[in-house]
Amino acid sequence: MLDTYLPILVLISIAVAFAIGSVVFSRLIGQKKPSAVKLAPYECGMPLIGSARERVSVKFYLVAVTFIVFDIEVAFLYPWAVVFKQLGWYGAGAMGFFIFVLVIGLIYEWKKGALEWE
Amino acid sequence: MELLFFYLVALIAVISGFLVVKCQSPVNSAISLVMTFFCLAVFYVMLHAPFMAAIQILVYAGAIMVLILFVIMLLNLGAEANKRYAHSVAGGALAGVVVLLMVFYFLRQGEATGMKGPISTELIAQIGHTELIGRTMLTDFLLPFEIASILLLVAIVGAIVLAKKEV
Amino acid sequence: MPMLSLSNAPLLFLGIMLAKILAVFVVVILIVAYATWLERKVIGHMQARLGPMETGWHGLLQPIADGLKLFFKEDIIPSQASKVPFILAPMMILVPAFITVAVIPFGPDIVIGGYQVPMQIADLNVGILYILAMAGLGVYGIVLAGWSSNSKYSLLGGIRASAQMISYELAAGLAIVSVFMLAETLSLRGIVAAQMTPLWGVIDFLPNWYIFSQPLAFALFVVTGIAEINRTPFDLPEAESELVSGFCTEYSSMKYALFFMAEYANMVVLSAIATTLFLGGWHGPFPGAINILLKVFCFMFFFIWLRATFPRVRYDQLMHMGWKVFLPLALANIVVTAVVVLLQQ
Repeated sequence: MLDTYLPILVLISIAVAFAIGSVVFSRLIGQKKPSAVKLAPYECGMPLIGSARERVSVKFYLVAVTFIVFDIEVAFLYPWAVVFKQLGWYGAGAMGFFIFVLVIGLIYEWKKGALEWE
Repeated sequence: MELLFFYLVALIAVISGFLVVKCQSPVNSAISLVMTFFCLAVFYVMLHAPFMAAIQILVYAGAIMVLILFVIMLLNLGAEANKRYAHSVAGGALAGVVVLLMVFYFLRQGEATGMKGPISTELIAQIGHTELIGRTMLTDFLLPFEIASILLLVAIVGAIVLAKKEV
Repeated sequence: MPMLSLSNAPLLFLGIMLAKILAVFVVVILIVAYATWLERKVIGHMQARLGPMETGWHGLLQPIADGLKLFFKEDIIPSQASKVPFILAPMMILVPAFITVAVIPFGPDIVIGGYQVPMQIADLNVGILYILAMAGLGVYGIVLAGWSSNSKYSLLGGIRASAQMISYELAAGLAIVSVFMLAETLSLRGIVAAQMTPLWGVIDFLPNWYIFSQPLAFALFVVTGIAEINRTPFDLPEAESELVSGFCTEYSSMKYALFFMAEYANMVVLSAIATTLFLGGWHGPFPGAINILLKVFCFMFFFIWLRATFPRVRYDQLMHMGWKVFLPLALANIVVTAVVVLLQQ
């Protein structure tokens, strides 16, 4: 087990060190002349109007929920895919029912207009 | 060596778990929770369950936490989240104690008392974790697996009913 | 011949492990740096311009000059930004992009000191799940960058990008299921090995690359992959005509460079995965890692060509395609593959 996961741990450490290192290094050698205007958020040169943290559309929330549901379906499909030749028609039928139920959910969403972006 | 690594990861998991509760900004709490999930995935790998580790990151860190972040942004929880309520602290403490008792109960039920399941580390190394899960899921646990699909369908319907006014 | 492992030759194992990791890391960084040069050159010539010419021969030193320039730029943190997520976001997008290459096999096994050494950093038996899990973490970098900048353009770009990424991650994840049904493994090493037999077991002058058995899955994976990494024509999160620069509007200096590098690193990783799953991986006429590098280069050229050719799609068209075209097509492909394979048995 250590054989397979030690290299990944080392690679993650190197990638993290590279990311932190380059940011810290450029912070150290870069120039620093901050001013109030420079530190203000970009708004096409106009004075700032209101807060940026407005509430976002509920559609994004619906997309995220649908994503979770189908992500779990994908998570179930992978273990089935690797043994599907051994399980044959029986396994395909069981998975077929599973996919069928979720396709009903997709069609319901489609018909209710939850996938529309106007 | 492995024990030392376990304690290190456990320490990070506990600290990031503590930060989830302690952080003022809900977004910082969410980042800490992602870190906790990552540590849990490392535990799964150490328990010879690589499939569970990948799913832990794929579903919990990659999907559910994204939804939580969306909700934080959707509700624009800024100042409200900073308030502390006495009854939520009491409720949290109670839930914590109950979970602790349950963990102790299951620990006493586990390998310490000599009980072991049919799946051993050697079997996982020989056949593969994903293959074993796939086979068990579609044979022994077929009914719960099919019920899970209906549960997911309910989740879709529920989300639409909550989000869409004209339904 | 025994496989080199930590138990039979610890020092040799650690040495070769470090050498492989450093080699892959350096090669990925070099490809990323020169992909920016290639992109400017190719698009320049496609638009009857020359592209960079001044720094070095035909502008070959341009990536180095750009990198140095960004190092010396002022690192601006907007006063209204949330500091911790603002600083973490560029790292959270770069690190997943770089560590996914760990499971890509890049050459045939070689023999060192009487041991067999695989040309792959780590052969996980859940290899492709590792890639999907890590790639899924990239969405945090974008959503946090957008939110923490506290700027309207950044927030819109970040939210758009994350909804787009999760929608297409799903379609990409479903598109490749049929490959695992044929290969019966999630290990990328196993998938490459399964593609080295004659095509469908009978045509011996062609390899059994899965692009021949699964052309639809290949097309779906490449298109959804391009959308997931936010490349043109799906680059709505940074649509400069409407959102300035999207989620990275407020970033400067090396933090901006990390976003830029992550975008190209994602292109490299996507090319490498598509090559490994559908085009036989390192398998080919040339020795060593040349085959996979050539195939990755072809993909990179294709992505740049797309950018020079296609206009940007609209956001409603994009989400429409993801949920109503690619997702049902990927599901249908799985069902058809299952039926065909079981009928043949």
